[in-house]
Amino acid sequence: MSHLTDLPAWAAIPVCILLLLGSAVTLVGSMGLIRLKTFYGRLHAPTLGASAGTILICLASMLTFAVLQNRWIVHEVLIIVFVILTTPVTLMLLGQSALYRDRIEGSDDVPRKSTGEQPDTSGMDI
Amino acid sequence: MRYWFPFPLLSLSLLGLWLLINQSLSPGHIVLGTMLGIAFAWVMVNLQPDKTRLKNIGRIALLAGHVAHDVLRSNIAVMNVILRARTRPVNSGFVAIDISLRDENALALLACILTATPGTAWLEFDRQTGVLLIHVLDLENGQLWVNLIKSRYEAPLKEIFE
Amino acid sequence: MNELFIIWSLLASQVLLGLAMGCALFRMVRGPRAQDRILGLDALYINAMLLLLTFGIRTANSIYFEAALIIALLGFVSSIAFAKFLMRGEVIE
Repeated sequence: MSHLTDLPAWAAIPVCILLLLGSAVTLVGSMGLIRLKTFYGRLHAPTLGASAGTILICLASMLTFAVLQNRWIVHEVLIIVFVILTTPVTLMLLGQSALYRDRIEGSDDVPRKSTGEQPDTSGMDI
Repeated sequence: MRYWFPFPLLSLSLLGLWLLINQSLSPGHIVLGTMLGIAFAWVMVNLQPDKTRLKNIGRIALLAGHVAHDVLRSNIAVMNVILRARTRPVNSGFVAIDISLRDENALALLACILTATPGTAWLEFDRQTGVLLIHVLDLENGQLWVNLIKSRYEAPLKEIFE
Repeated sequence: MNELFIIWSLLASQVLLGLAMGCALFRMVRGPRAQDRILGLDALYINAMLLLLTFGIRTANSIYFEAALIIALLGFVSSIAFAKFLMRGEVIE
């Protein structure tokens, strides 16, 4: 733990706050996976960890390395950009496929398709 | 010019990513990153994406501000819902919205915005009827959500893309 | 004092992230349907990536950052492949 002693107090306190806040938000998001009752409700939960949690923890990491090495370390921005770009795509595809499966099974919990009965696959590639 | 650099924005952002991942601004990396960016833009031509021109650049900043504000607010709202899920059952449901946006890139951006906001999730868009189906976690008034999405996201996206 | 503070908060955030991984793992193992399991897997890899970042802060080693980046890349591709598989029964058409 030698390098962490080099961190001055003005940097250490924001790092701690960012870390604790980020991991708490992620934990709440993952708790949503257990607590919410339906699949479509659970679909909202991982976004918390992905957006807020990732940004906060990456900021903490950036701040630590920037202060320790005395230069700007920005490659955590890559992770932020990447996670923010990709999580919506994953969740969107999962939502679409869950809807498709529920409709094939004829479940009553999901809204029917307005036109025709057979689920079309042409509009599912966004 | 357009032939040699089909997607200048894509090439520039790839160059930016390359410099970020290598943590350097040395001329060698800039040259290599530029070459990679241009080469991948040519690959992109073969995928034949829909080309759109951004009409209203000024609105983009405003829209980004709105999105950031909404993501922050709905993060807090969803945390509240999850933490109180034991005592107060969640009232979630589907909302169908008629939207008149047809541009592919604008729709993709709208999908990303809606899904990145924790309270709403994009499920399906019907191209023939223009009906968008979303799922809302904390649904009290469906019409309120319809108005919110139409005025806050769809209208600026229409101004920017169409 | 200062250093004790940051070590304890690093430990606390690692414990919180570990609990979050446990929640996601629960949903992955229990999940009544296939889409629940994939959702759990998706949350699991994001939490694992964040845990790796905190390890990176603890040891000041940038190799953890690269591992986190690779987890993010591969996790995204695998989730997309699973979701596509659920939708059509084929990964590549």
